[in-house]
Amino acid sequence: MATHFLGDTAVLLGRSLRHITRSVDTIITTTITPIAMMLLFVYVLGGAIDTGSVSYVNYLLPGILLITIASGIAYTALRLFLDMKGGIFERFQSMPIARSSVLWAHVLTSLVANAISLVVVVLVALLMGFRSGAGVLAWLAVAGILILFTLALTWIAVIPGLTAKSVDGAGGFAYPLIFLPFISSAFVPTDTMPGPVRAFADNQPVTSIVNAVRALFAQQPVGTDIWTALAWCVGILIVAYIFANNAYRRRIS
Amino acid sequence: MTLRQPSILAVMSIPPATNQAQGPAIHVQGLEKSYKELRVLRGVDFDVARGSIFALLGSNGAGKTTVVKILSTLLKADAGTASVNGFDVATQPADVRESISLTGQFAAVDEILSGRENLVLVARLRHLKNPGTIADDLLERFSLTEAGARKVSTYSGGMRRRLDIAMSLIGNPPVIFLDEPTTGLDPQARIEVWQAVKELAEGGTTVLLTTQYLDEAEQLADRIAILHEGRIIVNGTLAKLKQLLPPAKVEYVEKQPTLEDVFLTLVGAGGKDGDADKGSHDHKTTSNKK
Ligand SMILES: Nc1ncnc2c1ncn2[C@@H]1O[C@H](COP(=O)(O)OP(=O)(O)OP(=O)(O)O)[C@@H](O)[C@H]1O
Ligand SMILES: [Mg+2]
Repeated sequence: MATHFLGDTAVLLGRSLRHITRSVDTIITTTITPIAMMLLFVYVLGGAIDTGSVSYVNYLLPGILLITIASGIAYTALRLFLDMKGGIFERFQSMPIARSSVLWAHVLTSLVANAISLVVVVLVALLMGFRSGAGVLAWLAVAGILILFTLALTWIAVIPGLTAKSVDGAGGFAYPLIFLPFISSAFVPTDTMPGPVRAFADNQPVTSIVNAVRALFAQQPVGTDIWTALAWCVGILIVAYIFANNAYRRRIS
Repeated sequence: MTLRQPSILAVMSIPPATNQAQGPAIHVQGLEKSYKELRVLRGVDFDVARGSIFALLGSNGAGKTTVVKILSTLLKADAGTASVNGFDVATQPADVRESISLTGQFAAVDEILSGRENLVLVARLRHLKNPGTIADDLLERFSLTEAGARKVSTYSGGMRRRLDIAMSLIGNPPVIFLDEPTTGLDPQARIEVWQAVKELAEGGTTVLLTTQYLDEAEQLADRIAILHEGRIIVNGTLAKLKQLLPPAKVEYVEKQPTLEDVFLTLVGAGGKDGDADKGSHDHKTTSNKK
């Protein structure tokens, strides 16, 4: 059956991509929250935040991109949940197709949908004055980190998608993820935070990812942040992948 | 029927061993299944002969869907054995899946895709050539040609069910499971489904269907089994089942038309192909019974 894996995944990917192109509203709702936050922080609150010589929109964008991904994967969980509930999942499971194709199609769809949302958000940021002199390599590195982060969060999203009992349960898990950037260096430099909060902020995954992306955009040395960021992404990815596959195996046996 | 060609895939996947070509298409022995405390199946035994239609009757919650799910590899039994087309459902699930098709109790269609796209999707996943042609043929056979390009979310319950059944016929698997295939259909759509099921059996397909309608079992099935309190309490031909009752006595009654007769006369029964896109199409799209 392994010989069918690529073909079956491609067919199922085509199916869920159609779902996305036919419900463009999910892309819009995914980008609306991050764009609104960007407007709020740049034009209302940002003036009071001291980011040194960096313009606030340049400072803010990396965190906003992560928030975009966190709100985008809620739809991954939702799409998976609706498949499970609607019976089409059982039809696929009773057919002679590669079993893991069903999951991988959703994961790849998540990558595509989030990529579209990210492009939209970056375009809005450019309109708001975001500028970067980063070269092709730096942009590729940013894309690579964001893809890894999306994959890690997507595999997290697969777990509620497979196990949730209700629509709210399937989408609700994303809220904590959306708020994680607030306790990080995404909006304000962490050195203004009180001790324990700062300790948390400095050591949680978002800070290292945000710092690495910000340094890449600003053509500054990325230092150790990029390795910490990669370690976090790969670590979360592996753990979530294992749990998601356990949940999947329990679901189909 | 273009779809009557033997499925190349199914043929390829079945090793030339003779035991698979002979013997019953479905063999179930001592099947047990509990959901926590609830003992749903307590030793179910039955065989289904190749090319026959087997009806599994039972009241709500009797465990019909549970049996179908075990046979279609969606659920694992706690005890007992079951084989489909000669393959054990527990140890050779991939071979079983090559041999079967499932129409579950609730329509398993993609609401966002069109009817035609649903059919093409299944044909692709069954790795068949010319998925477009297969889809168009089935749309016509199930009077869905006009609605083929529309999103399934705009379909009536009956149309959805017909699409669901059409999706299950793709690839001509030798064994088909139909879990309450006509629940929610209007009388005419029911007759169309019955016709399709009969054609399948004539073409050599083995059909296991569950139903709560006794007339459906009477109309279609070569053998009927009744599932009650976790076991098959009777299993036989219709004639044999009728012998279980006291002998028929002769009574003279005036034959009144049934409501079904009236309904079918008024809406024009038998217009399976021709007028499906005209008059009868309208009532099918508007009647959406639960
Ligand atoms: N996943 C499950 N968890 C717990 N109980 C279940 C589960 N699935 C089914 N049951 C129970 O098992 C029993 C048999 O269910 P099943 O769906 O097989 O019946 P059925 O004969 O198909 O009924 P119906 O005619 O209503 O479709 C029911 O009492 C049902 O509540
Ligand atoms: Mg049932």
